[in-house]
Amino acid sequence: MSSTAVPGSVGRPRGRRLPFYKRPSWQGLFFILPAIFLLGLLVVWPLIRTIYFSFGDTNSRLQFTRWVGLDNYERLFTRDKEFLNTEVFPPEGALINNLKWVVVYTSLCLALGLLIAILAARARYESMVKAIVFVPMAISATAVAIIWKFVYDPDPNIGSLNAFLGIFSIDPVAWYGRADVVNYALIFAYVWASTGFATVVISAALKGISEEVIEAARTDGASEWDIFRRIQLPLLSLPIAVVTVWLLINVIKVFDIIYVMTGGGPGGASEVIAFSMVDETFTNAEGGYGAAIAVVMLLLIIPIMAFNIRRFRSERVVN
Amino acid sequence: MATAVAVERQPRTVSARLLRFIQRSPVHIALLAISVVWLVPTVGLAVTSFRPRGDIQSSSWWSSLTDFSFTLHNYELVLDNAKMGSSFVNSLIITIPSTLLPLAIGALAAYAFSWISFPFRDTIFLLIVALMVVPIQMALVPLLILFRDFGVADWYVGIWLAHTAFGLPLCIFLLRNFFITLPRDLIEAARVDGASNVRIFLKVVVPLSVPALASFGIFQFLWVWNDLLMALIFVQDSDLWPMTIRINQMQSTYGIEWHLLSAGAFLLMIVPLIVFFALQRYFVQGLLAGSVK
Repeated sequence: MSSTAVPGSVGRPRGRRLPFYKRPSWQGLFFILPAIFLLGLLVVWPLIRTIYFSFGDTNSRLQFTRWVGLDNYERLFTRDKEFLNTEVFPPEGALINNLKWVVVYTSLCLALGLLIAILAARARYESMVKAIVFVPMAISATAVAIIWKFVYDPDPNIGSLNAFLGIFSIDPVAWYGRADVVNYALIFAYVWASTGFATVVISAALKGISEEVIEAARTDGASEWDIFRRIQLPLLSLPIAVVTVWLLINVIKVFDIIYVMTGGGPGGASEVIAFSMVDETFTNAEGGYGAAIAVVMLLLIIPIMAFNIRRFRSERVVN
Repeated sequence: MATAVAVERQPRTVSARLLRFIQRSPVHIALLAISVVWLVPTVGLAVTSFRPRGDIQSSSWWSSLTDFSFTLHNYELVLDNAKMGSSFVNSLIITIPSTLLPLAIGALAAYAFSWISFPFRDTIFLLIVALMVVPIQMALVPLLILFRDFGVADWYVGIWLAHTAFGLPLCIFLLRNFFITLPRDLIEAARVDGASNVRIFLKVVVPLSVPALASFGIFQFLWVWNDLLMALIFVQDSDLWPMTIRINQMQSTYGIEWHLLSAGAFLLMIVPLIVFFALQRYFVQGLLAGSVK
C-alpha cells in the first residue's frame, strides 16, 4: 500500500505503475471461466431459446416446428379459460389463483411472522417457540403437502382439522376436494411452512432495536400498542421488505406443494402459473405455449428482483 | 433474554412473579396455541407412521397416544416394497455432487471477483447476480433437449449440471460478499511473498471462509434434497428417482395409504431435520443469506 501512496494526493497518480500484484490481470478470467461456461450454456442459452420458443410451436419431442408470432401470448390471455377466465365473476384460472396466493399467502406470512416475533420476545422460552415455527422451513414442499393432506383428510377419524371441527359439531369438509376451498387449504399449508422465515428475520431485527428507546417511551407513558406502532414497526420496514420480496418470488414459483397435494385438481381448480407451465409443456407437449407461460413468470419476477438488486448495490461494499 | 429482564426488573417475590405471569397469560396462551398449530400436523403424521394399517383406518392417531400399539412395519414396507430405500440412495447421489460442484466452481469465481482485478470485472459480476431472476421454468425444455442431444439424459449428469448452474449465481454472490471482507493485508502480504492466485485461494481464502462455504453448502444441499420439479423433468428412469418423486408416485400407485405415505414422508424429512438440529446456526445463516433466491 505505502509504495503507491503519494503524500497529499487522493487515489493513485496518473501514469504511475501499480505494483505487480495490483495490476489488472487476465488471470481472473481463468478463475471465472468454469462458472461463465456453465452459466452461459445452461442458463443464458436456454433462456434465449425459451423466449424464442414462446413465439412458436413444437412437436411432441419438444422441438421447434414453426413460427406463430404472438399467438401463444394472445391465446394465453384471451382464449385459455384455464389460465384466465374473465367471463365469469369473480374471474377464474391459474393466473387468478396465483393472485390469491400473492395476496393471502404474503399477508398471512407477514402478519403471523410479525405477531410470533413480537409475542415470543416477551417469553423466556422464545427460542423454543421460534425453533418450532422454523422447523418446517427445513423440510420439502413434498413433505409439507403430505403432512397437510393428512390434516385435511375428509375422514374425521384421520384428519385432525375435521376432528377438531367435529368438537363444535361442524360436518367434515373436503378441504382439498372442493374447488372453492382448495386454494385456501393449499395456501394455509404453505403459510405454515414459510412463516418461520418471516419470524426469524423480523425477530432478528427486533433484537436490534435499542431497549433504551423502548424503555424511555414506556417511562413517558406510551402504551404497548404505541411502542409497536410508532417505534418498532417503522424500524422493521427494511426486514419486512426483505421478507416480502422473498415471499413474492416464492409464490410466483410455487409448484411442488400443489403438484403433490392436489395435482392441480379438483378439475384444475388449484392450478397456478408454474403448474400450467409444466402441465402444458410436459403433459400436453405444447412446448411453445409452455414457453410463453415461463416468459410470463420471468416478467412477473423481474420487477421484484430489480428491487432486490437495487438493494444489493446500495449495500455493496466497495473493494 | 437479558435485555427483557433488565427492562422489566425481575420481580423479587414468588407472589410478584406469579402476578406477572398471570398478567401475561394472554401472551402465553397465544404462544401455546401457535406452538400447537405448528406441532400437531407433523406430530400427527409421525405418530401415524408407527401405527398398524388397520388401526389407522379404525381409530384416530390421537387415541393411540393412550393405548400403545406401535410398529416399525410401515417403514419396512416402504423401504423394500415401495423402493424408498433405493430412492434414499438416489437422493444422496443427486444431492452431493449438486452441492459440491457449485461450491467449487462458485468459490473459484468469487475469489476472482473479490481479489483479482481484470477488465469488466464488476459488470460481469452484476450480470451473474442478475441471473438469479431466471426461474428454472425458463430452462426446462432447452436443457432437456440439450441433455438428450449430448446423450446424458439417461443418468444423473443432467440434473447435476442443472442444479449446479442454477445454484451458481447465489453461490458466487454470497461467497464474493464474504471474501471481500477478509483482511486485505493478509492477501497482499501473500502476494508480495510471491504466492500465486491459486495458492492464495487454496491456502488463505478457503480456510478462512469455512462458515460462508458451510452456509451456502447447507442451503444448496437442502434445496436439492427437497427439490421435486427438476427431478421430475431430468430424472426419467424410475429406478433413478429420488425420494420426492417416489412419494408422489406412491399416492398414484397405492392410493392414499396413510401407513405408507406417513412413513415415506418421514424418511424424506429425516435428513433435513438432522441437518437442521445439528447445524442450526449455519442453516439459519444460509437460509437468510439465500433469501434472495
